[in-house]
Amino acid sequence: MDAGVPDAERALEALAARMRPAVAHDAAFVGIYSGGAWIAERLATMIPGRHPLGFVDVSFYRDDYARAGLKPNVKRTALPFEVGGASIVLIDDVLYTGRSVRAAINELFDFGRPGRIELAVLIDRGGRELPYEPTYCGARVAMARNLSIALSRDAQGRLSLGVEPA
Amino acid sequence: MSGVARTGRNPQLGRNGELAHLLSLEGLPAEIITHILDTAEPFVSIAEREVKKVPLLRGKGVFNLFFENSTRTRTTFEIAAKRLSADVINLNIGVSSTSKGESLLDTIDNLCAMNADLFVVRHAQSGAPHLIASHLTAIGRSGIHVVNAGDGRHAHPTQGLLDLYTIRHYKKDFRALTVAIVGDILHSRVARSLIHGLTTMGVADLRVIAPRTLLPGRVESLGVHVHYDMREGLRGCDVVVMLRLQSERMKGALLPSAGEYFKNYGLTPGKLALAAPDAIVMHPGPMNRGVEIDSAVADGARSVILPQVTFGIAVRMAVLSIVAGPVA
Repeated sequence: MDAGVPDAERALEALAARMRPAVAHDAAFVGIYSGGAWIAERLATMIPGRHPLGFVDVSFYRDDYARAGLKPNVKRTALPFEVGGASIVLIDDVLYTGRSVRAAINELFDFGRPGRIELAVLIDRGGRELPYEPTYCGARVAMARNLSIALSRDAQGRLSLGVEPA
Repeated sequence: MSGVARTGRNPQLGRNGELAHLLSLEGLPAEIITHILDTAEPFVSIAEREVKKVPLLRGKGVFNLFFENSTRTRTTFEIAAKRLSADVINLNIGVSSTSKGESLLDTIDNLCAMNADLFVVRHAQSGAPHLIASHLTAIGRSGIHVVNAGDGRHAHPTQGLLDLYTIRHYKKDFRALTVAIVGDILHSRVARSLIHGLTTMGVADLRVIAPRTLLPGRVESLGVHVHYDMREGLRGCDVVVMLRLQSERMKGALLPSAGEYFKNYGLTPGKLALAAPDAIVMHPGPMNRGVEIDSAVADGARSVILPQVTFGIAVRMAVLSIVAGPVA
């Protein structure tokens, strides 16, 4: 484990512990590809209730398309529940600038008008450029701008965090 | 004009190998074709949303420049651009036989002055989209992109890509496939684009089936196996692509009659039975029922002609959103 990043599995436990007493029993869990999708899948098994799973790939909603273009292998956004009126927990691995969250919320609204959207993140690393704050957070870390945190998943489904140059 | 495309750097690609214009599938690397097909996949489901749009090309002006009529291609490009939130301007410019290069480029200069971001070009003259792309570079407007929507007998790359998408959707791996393209290969830009696309993607056995009079000279040099006998050519095929027989060809000396053509090269249930049991049948449209294809086949269980149309929108969305990205 790199110095400075928490253990992913422990952060996931902490996140689930914060969500359990507070999340609506029928809230849909929507993970942002790719790390957020893994966490959404895990949380759905850890938190009691009936939580429909959905996934969003925000590539078509990103604000840096004119600068960065489209990344290869965009995934299909799949929200297999009625978005209109739904209680949704949007889930991501690392909350940083807030731009992915903005893109994801914009995308959700193209499927309907959700009743409520909350935000759950494994790691909040600060550095926000937009006014989004997590409703539930697994761990907070301070991280230099020239570093990025990467979540990975091994063959057994265990999550781990690493630090790499941005 | 066609010689220009083969010299030096591929004019479709930017300095870092990114797709700046889509002019032809000839010489387009397999990675770019795969990137387009992969990107098209998530676009297919956009139509199922409450808001059938994504904001990628918000505020961009897409000009449909159709110097030659084509309702279907123009409409699908228009839908594709609108689903990307672009502003679409349709210009149907009937071109008189006397107006040539100069007036075409004058038109382009005027549209540039209207702040176009992307031109979708259909032209009866082979090489017109390429000429426009070179002109844009020459006048320092390389931030404007060109997509070829069919030029003369040369190329129809988005049709070729949607055919590739359809084949990959139903058959997965190109390298295991036997594909037959049947009909008027000589006059068909659709056939030419598909041949280049399929050979780049490494299809196992690519066949063309046509009478001698409807085959270009030295067609084998494109990497295809030629069959004059349709029954022999269809044997074991996984994919059968029928081409439209343009009625004007009937009037010339190339063919005896529509009835004779249907007898020899029309796709009937009997002939299709010679292909693989799970073979799919494709057609770029519009179809001439009873000329190149029997209604029982066109409307049958193996026909994927209508899915081709649906996939065509997603593939054009992918092309527009990839070319409109940043270019070095």
